[in-house]
Amino acid sequence: MNWRLASRKKALVVRAAILQALREFFIERGYLEVETPQRIPAPAPEAHIDAIPADGWFLHTSPELCMKRLLAAGYERIFQICHCWREGERGSRHIPEFTLLEWYCAGSDYHDLMGECEALIQSVARQLGFGETLSYQGKEIALTSPWPRLSVEEAFSRYARLSMSQALEKDLFDEAMVQDIEPHLGVVTPTFLYDYPAARGALARLRPDKPSVAERFELYIAGLELANGFSELTDAAEQRARFLREEVHRRALGKRPYPLPEKFLTELEEMPPAAGIALGVDRLVMLFVDAATIDEVVAFTPEEL
Amino acid sequence: MYTVSDLRKGLTITIDNEPYIVIAFEFTKPGKGQALYRTRLRNMVNGTIIDRTYRSGDTLEPAALDQRSMQYLYHEGGIYYFMDTQTYEQFGIHEEALGDAKNYLVDNLTVDVLFFRGEPIGVNVPNFVNLRVVKCAPWAKGDTSSSDLKTVTVETGYELRVPPFINEGDLIQIDTRTGTYVTRVKE
Repeated sequence: MNWRLASRKKALVVRAAILQALREFFIERGYLEVETPQRIPAPAPEAHIDAIPADGWFLHTSPELCMKRLLAAGYERIFQICHCWREGERGSRHIPEFTLLEWYCAGSDYHDLMGECEALIQSVARQLGFGETLSYQGKEIALTSPWPRLSVEEAFSRYARLSMSQALEKDLFDEAMVQDIEPHLGVVTPTFLYDYPAARGALARLRPDKPSVAERFELYIAGLELANGFSELTDAAEQRARFLREEVHRRALGKRPYPLPEKFLTELEEMPPAAGIALGVDRLVMLFVDAATIDEVVAFTPEEL
Repeated sequence: MYTVSDLRKGLTITIDNEPYIVIAFEFTKPGKGQALYRTRLRNMVNGTIIDRTYRSGDTLEPAALDQRSMQYLYHEGGIYYFMDTQTYEQFGIHEEALGDAKNYLVDNLTVDVLFFRGEPIGVNVPNFVNLRVVKCAPWAKGDTSSSDLKTVTVETGYELRVPPFINEGDLIQIDTRTGTYVTRVKE
């Protein structure tokens, strides 16, 4: 018998219950479940996310562009649970083929979405029979509302050895985030980190009253980065300019060139103001089964195939 | 030269002319940011522990170490003794310098002893070793951890998680690179 596979049964049973709880939450709130193609001709150009080539096209790194085209065509509340692929991402919290939950809501902004994300995870916890706390890798986390919201700038001044502007200037933003900040996030109660530097939200709207930051947030629970959401950029000309900048950056890094997603850019002009979010389902399962690694919550890792 | 894709626990590299061993390694990628390779390194000469973070494209210089194949003999007072089976020379290494390798040292195991400027400073154990289970906690059905595995102790004192069908007295194969159970060895 494959003992590794057999030993994951408990986690896979919880995984199935989580998938069901996620669907129930959205259906109850009037969201439509959609499926969009996983092989696409043109992924969104982002400097540090690499798509896997597939017969001349690419496996999607998230369903974002297709879901926004649905939004632009009048589908106002949609969700999708699908597999996504990101080349070269392998570690205790990363697997190149993973499961993403993505949802969009017309008329919402990123603060509305933080609230909905909070309600979603509380609802899943209730469905799984958890009380008001969750224990992950020895940490007790209180799930009761409200979950604190901390701006990236505040997080830097609270936890990092340098300020956000110094980190950006010295090109140490990612290092400071990983070494100094992330370990402190969500260890007592889940925490939203919000208002990222403008350059770190290629598809997010800039804050009208503070254009140096993008209306983007991440949810952390027990140091695990669980979800990334934002108020969507709906200015097609601005989006095209950002994609071109990201694509120049990608090519400068020696990465595979992408064509521009022209149909998306055309239809974006008709997209209503909206907010959207992607949540890592595998990591959500890790949290609820107290698994130290992502390997424990998937049926097969790529190494086991 | 190594690249970041060579990074793993046990890799030995040179920093400022001194040998360091990777004792913990993690791939991370903050949301929309770049891939970062976090390491915890131990200076193999003086034991100092440092954290270093590398980016894609960074290179690392291999440690300048000499290797000699030797047999593990015994340990006493925190010192582990090894013998060169050709010259019968013996060397002692402090347990702290051995790191995880001491979990796998059974009598007569052949290992590579690592020398830096003539001093023994560590060992490389084989990728797979067979060790006997000496203690086996009864399997608690209500175990709240994610997987249906149980904890056992092997003859070196090392504890690890194994499938529920493993019993006291069984010989099991362990992957020393990860410290994890591989299979039960048929005798």
